[in-house]
Amino acid sequence: MENNCTIMFKFLIITIGYMLLLNCPSAYARTFTVQPGQSIKAIIEQAHDGDLIRVLAGTYKEKGIVIDKSIVLMGIGNPVLDGEKKYEVISITAHNVVIEGFTIINSGYSSMNELAAIRIINASGVGIRNNKLLNNFFGIYCQHASKAYIANNTISSNGISELESGNGIHGWKSDSLVIYNNNISGHRDGIYFEFVTHTLIMKNNSHKNIRYGLHFMFSNDDTYLDNIFNNNGSGVAVMHSRRVIMLNNEFRENWGSASFGILLKDISDSHAEGNLYYKNTVAIYMEGSSRTLIRRNRFSNNGYAIRIQASCDDNTIEKNNFSGNSFDIATNGSLVLNTFNGNFWDKYEGYDLNRNKIGDVPYRPLSVYAMIVERNATAMMLFRSPVVGLLEKAEKVMPGLTPENLKDEYPLMKPLPL
Amino acid sequence: MKKIIKYILIDILKNRIIIAYTALLFIVSLSLFMLEDNPSKAVLGLLNITLIIVPLISIIFCTIYLYNSSEFIELLVAQPIKRTKLLFGIYLGLIGSLLLATTVGLGIPVLLYDPGPTGMTLLMTAGALSIVFASLALLSAVITRDKAKGIGLALLLWFYFSFIYDGLVLLILFQFADYPMETAMIALSALNPIDLGRILLLLQLDISAMMGFTGALFRDFFGSNLGLLFASLVMVVWMVIPSFIAIRKFKNKDL
Amino acid sequence: MIIATNVNKQFGKLRVLNDISVNCNKSQTIALIGPNGSGKTTFIKCLLGMVIPDSGFITVNEKNIARDCQYREHIGYMPQISRFPDNMTIEQVIDMVKDIRGKKSGLDMELVEAFGLPALYKKKMRTLSGGTRQKVSACLAFIFDPAILILDEPTAGLDPISSEVLKEKIMKEKSRGKLTLVTSHVLSDLDDLVTEIIYLQDGSLKLHSSVANLRKDTGEEKLNKVIAKIMREQVK
Repeated sequence: MENNCTIMFKFLIITIGYMLLLNCPSAYARTFTVQPGQSIKAIIEQAHDGDLIRVLAGTYKEKGIVIDKSIVLMGIGNPVLDGEKKYEVISITAHNVVIEGFTIINSGYSSMNELAAIRIINASGVGIRNNKLLNNFFGIYCQHASKAYIANNTISSNGISELESGNGIHGWKSDSLVIYNNNISGHRDGIYFEFVTHTLIMKNNSHKNIRYGLHFMFSNDDTYLDNIFNNNGSGVAVMHSRRVIMLNNEFRENWGSASFGILLKDISDSHAEGNLYYKNTVAIYMEGSSRTLIRRNRFSNNGYAIRIQASCDDNTIEKNNFSGNSFDIATNGSLVLNTFNGNFWDKYEGYDLNRNKIGDVPYRPLSVYAMIVERNATAMMLFRSPVVGLLEKAEKVMPGLTPENLKDEYPLMKPLPL
Repeated sequence: MKKIIKYILIDILKNRIIIAYTALLFIVSLSLFMLEDNPSKAVLGLLNITLIIVPLISIIFCTIYLYNSSEFIELLVAQPIKRTKLLFGIYLGLIGSLLLATTVGLGIPVLLYDPGPTGMTLLMTAGALSIVFASLALLSAVITRDKAKGIGLALLLWFYFSFIYDGLVLLILFQFADYPMETAMIALSALNPIDLGRILLLLQLDISAMMGFTGALFRDFFGSNLGLLFASLVMVVWMVIPSFIAIRKFKNKDL
Repeated sequence: MIIATNVNKQFGKLRVLNDISVNCNKSQTIALIGPNGSGKTTFIKCLLGMVIPDSGFITVNEKNIARDCQYREHIGYMPQISRFPDNMTIEQVIDMVKDIRGKKSGLDMELVEAFGLPALYKKKMRTLSGGTRQKVSACLAFIFDPAILILDEPTAGLDPISSEVLKEKIMKEKSRGKLTLVTSHVLSDLDDLVTEIIYLQDGSLKLHSSVANLRKDTGEEKLNKVIAKIMREQVK
């Protein structure tokens, strides 16, 4: 909870900061109005820092707008900026620019340049709000951006292949971004971060993207709150990062032959709590991850709840609810350096004689068949065969194949109220 | 032949075992659907019934029925009717009654609670396995003269297809763990109608992704139309071959 | 009507029928006798096409019966043991055979009436006694008025009264020119019926002769004495 509060506080400070910055025009500020037929570019040239440019409803084909002054560009009645599939629509190179209320469509596609609907380059304090970004190659591209506020945007594309589509929100070497309440779909990755730090991602819905709903690498100290990632090609992949906090997110129906709810690869000192994993092929796939706390999450109806590879150490999995998963835990080795404690497992068949709501015998969440499949994938053919059932029963009675110390010493008798 | 089917059906439909079997299927599947809030979970429970109980009852019931009717069959053989027609008629009568039992026992609950493609696949699998095991029953009843031996053989066949075969597959998998076995696995699955039924059903139940996670070939094959065609074809072969051999043997059998 | 020529049958190593040749004609009532395991039932089954001879051939009404089934419409068969599907009624069993034979009119219901079966028509087979099932079985043999009757131990399970009824029926049919083949070991029962005797032992035909001739040869009047005398001679 402590964590939660700090984050909320941080978020509040940043938001208020932006509001102060953006909503108090300086005494010298002027207002321009652009009508269909006029050129936005020309007006920007006339404007100075702090000016407001109102763009009235209509379609504008500007062949690339560069905003190099700290202005507010505001769409009235949803004007459309069309990149005609050739250009980057808006590039922001100045601080404290606000883009609001536009429909931006058809950014160019190039295999050389990553053309976007909106690009932020070396700027801080940029706000992008209430826009609709449709059919673009990249949606919002943050390049060396800082303290940008990206909120309430709908970003969708109809990408077909990974190669020919870009990311919804793309961050590169940026920090302290706030990404709030965006709806992202149909891109390659919904949200993609590389070297993005101290960032808050909150209440976004990233769905039906071709590859990952969220994908980040080398992005430390980021916080993910209340997001929903569903029906993405391969779920969520987070790699090579530290001190990542993921709270109350939902990972739903990432169901495919190479999908997972979330892939944690080389993640350390992180914390996942209060998340829901529902109907994913693999809810959490952990590889080379350390010192990560996974607690009070709900794992239901997944193929595998957690695949924890032997390369993971010192992780704690406690007080989670596991129900309706085909396999609760799978691992690829006999080495177990992680702790399982006080979880609820619906497959637990033990008893509680002293009525302390904790099972009196430890639960071994690793099924022997899951181990067989791990070693020999083709054994999947025997999934739900009665022979496999017999094998499981035999292993329960006389454990021999599953690692001795992979067990939950205090399994709960009833699910936690999560 | 139609006449034979008609009278066999009249007889079997009043048979207590068949009535009890239908009631059992009906009660179990209805209660599964009512207890589980998610129909696809109930279907998963029904999977085991379809794959174990349906073949067991089919093969044992048919074998016993055929032995109990042996004197009557002799009497009919002495009538002006071709033996092949006679036995085929009896076989169809048996199948008809088993299918009726599964349709009523499984079909009505499935139609009430989960009338989608999953439920249909379940019904189809149950039907197909009924026919396959009736066919195997026909074979074991024709090739063994002794009733006890015949029933023993039938039980053994059921046990083999339900348990032993999968155990053997597991053993083979371990022995050849270092070789690519996916294609071989598809072939192996075709050699056991129960496995085939289970795989088809699991693919419908969306476990396909999990299968794919480990062996993409499996899903690609059985998940495609070609695979479905292959599976249905193999099922039909399982229905036809044992009964065909049985009828041929019966043609020249000394009663 | 029935001509069997050099019929051989072997079950594994056991030779059940050894070169049997017989000739049976209209209006004969033939007793097929012999000790247990002599091949009587197997021979009957050969005639009915239930057992297929290894060699030799059998004709019924001058037609070879191998690979044929139509000739059986001239034969009424009553097996030694009768069991019927449990849940069929007597009526359904009779209907079923009627359907198979495709004969619905010109039926001879005399025996059915004589046995009092119509009163039991709605009864299920599993509720019937062995004797009643035998009666049903006998009726099925006679009902279609076939030219040939093959009866395997017909009086074995029947009470004396029914046995008498059946015998009278056989007599009557004989007088109508039918050929009747009967296996039985209780000979006195058939004394007054039989016109010919076929004696089988260990699968071989030991004797085929008319009763009249036998009586003359052996000088015995009682049929079972005649047989006993033959058997003794055979043993010598």
